[in-house]
Amino acid sequence: MNHWIIAPVVLPALLAPVIAYVMRHDIKLARYASVAGTVLLAVISVGLLTIVADGQTHVYYLGDWPAPFGIVLVLDRLSAMMVLLTSILAMVVLWHAIATEWDNRGRHFHALFQFQLMGVCGAFLTGDAFNLFVFFEVLLIASYGLMIHGGGKVRLKAGLQYVVMNLAGSTLFLFALGALYASTGTLNLADLAVKVRELPLEEAGVLRVSAVLLLMVFAIKAALFPVQFWLPGTYANAPAPVAALFAIMTKVGAYAIIRFYTLVFGPDVAAVDGLIGSWVMPAAVITVAVGAIGVLGARRLMPMLSFAVVGSMGTLLLAVAAFTPEAIAAGLYYLLHSTFAAAASFLLADLVVTRRGSDALTAQPPIYQNGLFAAFFFVGAIGVTGMPPLSGFLGKLLVLDGVRDMPWMATAWAAILLASLVTIVGFARAGSVVFWKSTAMMDTEADASETPAPIGVNALVGVSASLAMLALLASFAGPVMGYLEQTSVQLFDVSGYVDAVLGQHGEDLK
Amino acid sequence: MEMIVASAIGVLTAGGIYLILRLRAFPVILGIALLSYAVNVFLFATGRLAVNAPPILNKYADVSYSDPLPQALVLTAIVISFGMTAVLVMVALGAYLEADSDEINMTDAGDDADSTEGQGV
Repeated sequence: MNHWIIAPVVLPALLAPVIAYVMRHDIKLARYASVAGTVLLAVISVGLLTIVADGQTHVYYLGDWPAPFGIVLVLDRLSAMMVLLTSILAMVVLWHAIATEWDNRGRHFHALFQFQLMGVCGAFLTGDAFNLFVFFEVLLIASYGLMIHGGGKVRLKAGLQYVVMNLAGSTLFLFALGALYASTGTLNLADLAVKVRELPLEEAGVLRVSAVLLLMVFAIKAALFPVQFWLPGTYANAPAPVAALFAIMTKVGAYAIIRFYTLVFGPDVAAVDGLIGSWVMPAAVITVAVGAIGVLGARRLMPMLSFAVVGSMGTLLLAVAAFTPEAIAAGLYYLLHSTFAAAASFLLADLVVTRRGSDALTAQPPIYQNGLFAAFFFVGAIGVTGMPPLSGFLGKLLVLDGVRDMPWMATAWAAILLASLVTIVGFARAGSVVFWKSTAMMDTEADASETPAPIGVNALVGVSASLAMLALLASFAGPVMGYLEQTSVQLFDVSGYVDAVLGQHGEDLK
Repeated sequence: MEMIVASAIGVLTAGGIYLILRLRAFPVILGIALLSYAVNVFLFATGRLAVNAPPILNKYADVSYSDPLPQALVLTAIVISFGMTAVLVMVALGAYLEADSDEINMTDAGDDADSTEGQGV
């Protein structure tokens, strides 16, 4: 049993209270601690990635209780990759928040940030359905605090909606877990995978209800139509670095869908028999459309980027809906891409909006260093809309290829391609209004009394790092896809997971 | 007894759903509370209903027992929903004090192009 598996949960969990209680009056100290903790988390997650390179599923038994009686953490290729993604994103976002002083506009930013990381990493690592609920609550309660960080009328209103939406979602999650327990008598994912496949078809009614309820819960997290409406309001009104961090939150929903509906309710389970894919596919197509139309129709920059996130989740889940190893590998590549693309665009929007004083998509006198920001926006838009040479293009190409053998291939291709076109138009419009049309208003501003200070290098590091990740993902697409293909093969190897978790004990249970 | 428990869950859920669809924050908070009561009772019932049965196995005699796991789950769920309700009350109170109205809906002004509040400006 490798104790490093629990480190991504324990490290932030220990650091956060220390920051909250000991360092709350010293922002500098809190920054050092938070950065150190996040870098350490990244180092640990790289270590975890090397552990899973052997292709095994590694299990951590809490309190050394044998599964399925105790809670287990499970480290496989997918969870190791997601933890690494979280920690890299966290470093980028944290740097930006510190460089732009966002962390000092309210209290307890760093403590909440660490609690958020704890919840996200825990959700990726856990091998127990109820434990997944608990980690969801941990990440949600931290996100409530981060969402309203800095305060303000509109942000608190949006925060209230976000909290209510997610509390309703949590209640639904509990109902689903209750139904699942009532029909199988277990909540351990590996044990569930066994029990669900053994359940006679005529007794599977409650099980089917819980499968659909769970899908709704994860769809809320993943902003899938028809429960995507909370996302634009939340992301658009959250502090920009927090919105960038939230890029991983929708991915938690996508991860849960992938995990649950390959392992527990896999395509081979007769009780749900393709039910999930046939629901996710149309929902994802509509989500793609909603995202694209939202991008085109947005009147402000931040909602526009939020709708771009909605659209990217639609594309990702369209790949997932196929539930084949190839399509899921493509979806995972797009997941990596869209996380950094969303982070880059929100962080850049933060810099631009702070300088313009408003995020309205109307012509205003140009900001100082207009050209620099325009260049960054251009690269960011290339990333988000999925144009070559950045990874979005490869991601979309892989998704298109992944769903090629599906009966609904034409619908999916039409949705993704048309939505890409509309999104490109939307971003082109926003970029030209914000950066080009504005230059026409140069003369109305008689003379800027003093030149504002040029932007510091530090403030640009977050954006540049996220864009660099997109470039790296594109350059090393081969090795990354190699890893992801092995990941999805491992995902579909249900018996491998079950044997690793239940082990010898599982043999007895069978 | 099944009838009573089932209808209690149903009534609580129906009331909760009605209340969270209201326009103002206070009924919505009550609705969330009702929903969490409903789900707690529901979780409790998932281990099958048993009266006067200890939540422990007896290795000497084959007597009936009640499933202890849902009781543990319910305890966790109660604690979490209690904490969440407290957070919700605080956020709702903050929003009410800032905006001087406890309507859940965002006013159109929040979407307006010239509204920069909450944008961190």
